[in-house]
Amino acid sequence: MNSKKTEKIAFFVLFLATLLIILPVGLVVCIIIQKGFPAMTWQFLTDIPRQGMRAGGIFPALVGTIYIVFGAILFALPIGLGAAIYLSEYTKEHFLNRLIKLAIVNLAGVPSVVYGLFGFAFFVIFFKFGASILSGSLTLAIMILPIIITASREALESVPYSFREVSYSLGASKWQTIRHIVLGNAIPGILTGTILGVGRAAGETAPILFTVAAFYLPQLPKTIFDQAMALPYHLYVISTQVPNVDEKIRYGTALVLLILVFFMNLVAIVIRTQFRKKKKW
Amino acid sequence: MVKIKIEVLNIWFDAFQVLKEINLEIYENEILSIIGPSNSGKTTFLRMLNRMNELENGFKMTGRVELDHKNIKMLDAQFLRKKVGMVFALPLPLPLTIFENVAYGARIHGEKNKKNLEKIVEEALKKAYLWEEVKDRLNTSAFKLSGGQQQRLCIARTLAVEPELLLFDEPCSGLDPISTAKVEQAMLELKESYTIVLVTNNVKQAARVGDRTAFFLNGELIEIDKTAKMFTAPLDKRTDDYIRGKFG
Amino acid sequence: MQKFKEFIIEKLILISGLASIFFVILIFLFLLKEGLALFKFVNPGQFLFGKNWYPISEPAQLEILPLILGSLLVTLGAAVISIPIGVGCAIFIAEVSPPSIKEILKAGIELLAAIPSVVLGFIGMVTLVPWVKNIFQLPTGLTAVSGSIMLAFMAMPTIVSIAEDALYSVPKSYKEGALALGSTKWQAIYRVLLPAASSGIFAAVMLGLGRVIGETMAVMMITGNAAVIPKSILQPVRTLTATIAAEMGEAVVGSEHYFALFAIGIVLFVVSFMINVTADLFLHRKKI
Repeated sequence: MNSKKTEKIAFFVLFLATLLIILPVGLVVCIIIQKGFPAMTWQFLTDIPRQGMRAGGIFPALVGTIYIVFGAILFALPIGLGAAIYLSEYTKEHFLNRLIKLAIVNLAGVPSVVYGLFGFAFFVIFFKFGASILSGSLTLAIMILPIIITASREALESVPYSFREVSYSLGASKWQTIRHIVLGNAIPGILTGTILGVGRAAGETAPILFTVAAFYLPQLPKTIFDQAMALPYHLYVISTQVPNVDEKIRYGTALVLLILVFFMNLVAIVIRTQFRKKKKW
Repeated sequence: MVKIKIEVLNIWFDAFQVLKEINLEIYENEILSIIGPSNSGKTTFLRMLNRMNELENGFKMTGRVELDHKNIKMLDAQFLRKKVGMVFALPLPLPLTIFENVAYGARIHGEKNKKNLEKIVEEALKKAYLWEEVKDRLNTSAFKLSGGQQQRLCIARTLAVEPELLLFDEPCSGLDPISTAKVEQAMLELKESYTIVLVTNNVKQAARVGDRTAFFLNGELIEIDKTAKMFTAPLDKRTDDYIRGKFG
Repeated sequence: MQKFKEFIIEKLILISGLASIFFVILIFLFLLKEGLALFKFVNPGQFLFGKNWYPISEPAQLEILPLILGSLLVTLGAAVISIPIGVGCAIFIAEVSPPSIKEILKAGIELLAAIPSVVLGFIGMVTLVPWVKNIFQLPTGLTAVSGSIMLAFMAMPTIVSIAEDALYSVPKSYKEGALALGSTKWQAIYRVLLPAASSGIFAAVMLGLGRVIGETMAVMMITGNAAVIPKSILQPVRTLTATIAAEMGEAVVGSEHYFALFAIGIVLFVVSFMINVTADLFLHRKKI
């Protein structure tokens, strides 16, 4: 067999492999949209679940997820940004730098359910926060820390060194340089990372299972020490724990979750491309 | 009047010695040109004067450098850099508006009053011969300016923090002849009120603007003299060869 | 005043920088604190290699071999499916596809990465599971093989994007050299490019499998959760992660069962730690 023919076959096989990934993705998204769309009513989004979660809406779960994710960002962003600044501005080629990077890699690799265990033992039991928004947000915050650090560090490092040099040459201190020159130009990248972290946090179930998520809680949480329903856990519950839930409600819930997560990613992508277009150096 | 006095200066980056046993003085209100082939230590010498070398890894230095009879090692680095301004080889505007570029240094050093800032910016831009060209568009991005304008903007930005000494690191290496002439004209005017050290690869530029010229080769100071003398009757053969373009 | 403010800020930045190290250690310590208590009741050998997981019988039997084998089986299945397809897709995106399609394909892969695991689990339940049931004529479609297919799918984004990076970072001159010698593009790819990118591709596979072992929700929803030693991939299995997620809610704090779930957490933490360190070493190995 000649090599041209081999190449054709090989490329066709590679193409098939790609199709095997991309087609199901499209299929999954299409099925959810098609079957979930009929459930999308204003009432579905704003009503509490009724009749043992077999009817009504998903409002408490939606609000719960927003609270939990917002809380997670509140904790993760300052620490993540600080860590990114430390890595990119303070410890170039340093043993500590290697160690921190290794810790980040491992933090990113810890299974999500192990975060759940840790959050339970540390926040719920040890700190006596109970199963609450506070515990859930803190657990998720640690989980998304690597995403925020990695994206922010890349953003900071993409600011040309010459800008820093100019700033120092004018007599600016290190922090003034970071604050006025580096951070301002890294904001789009930092924002992108943060939003990706939000998307990840919004879709996670395992870390919130034992730290915050309520099986059924028709009223909204009042303080950060309350339990809350959460969208991903709600989807898990109505698809495995409660029998005879209308298909429409399940798909509808999946669709809302999907839209929430995709919307976050879309925003991140738009910011990224806008920024690339406007980039001046 | 001696502005800067350098005694037995040695600089290393890691194991490599970049400058060897340099002794020289820089006088007030003169333009000292520093010439020499690339990698002869000119830029390192310049960056030593405002302690920018310290920001690099592996930097080591011995010897004594005095600014106004004070050892610069004992000065606060930020204070020193405010007194010793620097203009880089390529035009390096910050990603800000024209106004904010010039105002940046003043803001850093605590000037908050808007009226004062406006005055500082206007004066600095005038001294750098840029005011007439940009006065109507101070709030546009500095990147919209041409290369020569950007470099004069960088000069204005340096002047706005009121330095006493100006360091120019091959400031015209990326510019066309007309822009170069404008930058050189600015330098000659500035000499009235500042002390200037100019590193250049362009021997003719040194001849045009320098009061005195120093020739560096492989990290050593070969010769320093009045520019006119240096370009007509250099003492060292290597200086002669370099000026005549036999190597470089 | 200015100096003092900066001093405080720099210390805060340092603390943030050290936070990651602190959290990794904290997680491990708390897993140890709760998990090691189990070994007052069960010896470690028995815990790891015993065959019976009956946490609520009297007395409780807490032996996780069936769960380990469940995780291994599902992971192995996922590896068999995802490695060839994932690496193939990475090669296609990096080397074969025209630039216009390339961006669309990458967006598709990113889309997949963004889908929450519980959504994929749900879709797997309603589509994949009945499908497996019908094809293999099984009493239930909640089997190891369903889990493997689903997990393979979930490992793809990691494998494809990291492997593609690895291929992309091979210097262009390598390929051009091979092409200049008259080899076809495909020959250049598998004789020159693949070997040159091999350590990055290996890291991609490791990280993909790390994702698979740690995956919880989708697995719990579609593998059937039977804590018995699996005899075939067409049987229900239960993984380490699913066990924790499913039983933590019922376990009484301070009971042997509770300690055992944390001991499983230690196992998962150690395994993922080793996988990530290995992958990191391969990713940062000096390129050729």
